[in-house]
Amino acid sequence: MENPLLSVRNLTLDIPVGGGTLHAVRGIDFDLMRGETLCIVGESGSGKSLTSLALMGLLGKTIRRSADRMDFDGTDILTAKPRAMRALRGDRMAMIFQEPMTSLNPAYTIGDQLTEALLLHKSVGREAARERAIELLEKVGITAARSRLGQYPHQLSGGLRQRVMIAMALMCEPELIIADEPTTALDVTIQAQILRLLYDLGREMNMAMILITHDLGVVARVADKVAVMYAGELVETGPATDVFNTPSHPYTRGLLRCIPQPGKTERGSTLGTIPGIVPSLIGDVQGCAFRTRCPFAQAECKADIPRREEGTHMFRCIHPDGKRHAEEEVTA
Amino acid sequence: MLIFILKRLGLAVLVAFTVSFISFSLLFMAGDPAAALAGETASGEDIESIRKLYGFDRPMLVQYGDWLISALQFNFGESYYFRLPVSSLIVDRLGVTMTLGVCGITFALLTAVPLGVAAAIRPNSIIDRVALFLSVAGQAMPSFWFGLILIVIFAIQLGWLPPSGASSPAHFIMPTIVLGYYAMPAIMRLTRAGMLDVLSSDYIRTARAKGAPEGRVLFRHALRNAIIPVVSLAAVQMGFMLGGSIVVESIFALHGAGFLAWESIARNDLPTVQALILVFSMFYIVFTFLADVLNAWLDPRMRSS
Repeated sequence: MENPLLSVRNLTLDIPVGGGTLHAVRGIDFDLMRGETLCIVGESGSGKSLTSLALMGLLGKTIRRSADRMDFDGTDILTAKPRAMRALRGDRMAMIFQEPMTSLNPAYTIGDQLTEALLLHKSVGREAARERAIELLEKVGITAARSRLGQYPHQLSGGLRQRVMIAMALMCEPELIIADEPTTALDVTIQAQILRLLYDLGREMNMAMILITHDLGVVARVADKVAVMYAGELVETGPATDVFNTPSHPYTRGLLRCIPQPGKTERGSTLGTIPGIVPSLIGDVQGCAFRTRCPFAQAECKADIPRREEGTHMFRCIHPDGKRHAEEEVTA
Repeated sequence: MLIFILKRLGLAVLVAFTVSFISFSLLFMAGDPAAALAGETASGEDIESIRKLYGFDRPMLVQYGDWLISALQFNFGESYYFRLPVSSLIVDRLGVTMTLGVCGITFALLTAVPLGVAAAIRPNSIIDRVALFLSVAGQAMPSFWFGLILIVIFAIQLGWLPPSGASSPAHFIMPTIVLGYYAMPAIMRLTRAGMLDVLSSDYIRTARAKGAPEGRVLFRHALRNAIIPVVSLAAVQMGFMLGGSIVVESIFALHGAGFLAWESIARNDLPTVQALILVFSMFYIVFTFLADVLNAWLDPRMRSS
């Protein structure tokens, strides 16, 4: 069997804070094959963004990162020297950020910023780099690409800037691209366009992609694999079809109820919500973090929750079918 | 960019005219210029004849027009005290002042910017604390006191540097340090704050995500943006140094324009004072204009506004 491009085991991120330690990400595992798209979903504060920054080696100095394994195509990115990580970043793994308005340097032209990664990583001349930049700008659907190279970020709209960010990430034809909510800051009308573009280009270049998003509609369309994060933990992960057809964690089912599903959701019916808030992750977190909001919670949920696996479909819940034990009332 | 420069230039000229009017009217705020000129023992008649001779009896606006036309030709009249053309007095003294100002601001920038950057890279580190100490000390010490301390140590006790005068480059070392150290704290703190702010911005993360080495991230991506407010501040400091180095010039007996200003004020030599105020103000205006142009070059957003 082919080796995964990216393999992560027991990734843990701790942030020392005033009152103790914030366990922002707690032991997550996943594998990503070449050309595969993994969608990480979960609400704000679930550790999605931190996970992606941890993969890129871009975490702040105060965050403690540990893992049993973090392997990118044979390179151990957990112990890699800064120089080795720099060689990977922008060349073999690239990232697209949430905020196109502030993610470009205001002092330099689009051309300068597009060609930077290529000039840093590959031995190409300035002219060749500019040609490549024009080619990619055209690919991401920017018209008059040649004249854009001399423009500054403030002269472009948010949608255009995000297209530039995508082109920038693709300059060196990375094997892995991480997109952290790339459309959150954009107008609804162009969100779908940008995602489609990203997905098509990913397919075309056979890139593996980690797409972080709130939008389950997007996930349903593009994901090969889905990972559902809740409070720093992967509560459910597996092939997209399995997760969508047999969602096994109550949180996943809750998320799915929050979006309308063509053909299933009746016109005029109320969409679901998940009541409550994400618990504090400061100090020791015991048992299932979702139990305070789970309609099926019971006494056992306070203990450690074992992983349950059906093939490649994994979830952490002791009653995946959602049946409430009659003799026990909702606790916690 | 050209439109931006023209706009700023227009603004600068406007400010220059305003300043020229204010500096001209100082003559009248300081009391009766004819009486001052005539001296304490002069009779009323003497004063009146001097008033006529110097044209103080004409309407103020006419006098201003006259004065302005001469000033534009760099003719500020004759010094009451030296009995020499004010313009040649100023030209003679300006060399020392400009040398001192350029050295001072260079010294300030060369110490403040690297210290500010180093402090921002590692906030609360030893370097940050040392930089903070130096800037607080610089802000707290009056120039005249710091200058005297330097003279006591390096000129009198160690004998390494000449205590006063302007006859060799060595004469400028201590004045440069005193003048530069005065400007250093503000530049340092602004650089530090700017760098801290920029380093936490999204585009710095983007630069790192591209695999840019740390030096490139710091200097090409961060400092270029953080330095923009520093440029404006340095321009004001530079204007201040050229005009306000009176204290430093007096301590080290550098006979520059600042020293001349002090002498002229003490002697009630109004044409000289007027001209110096105008020249110093012009320096401010020119440096502010240059800073605007430099900033527009550094920050493309400014060009279009």
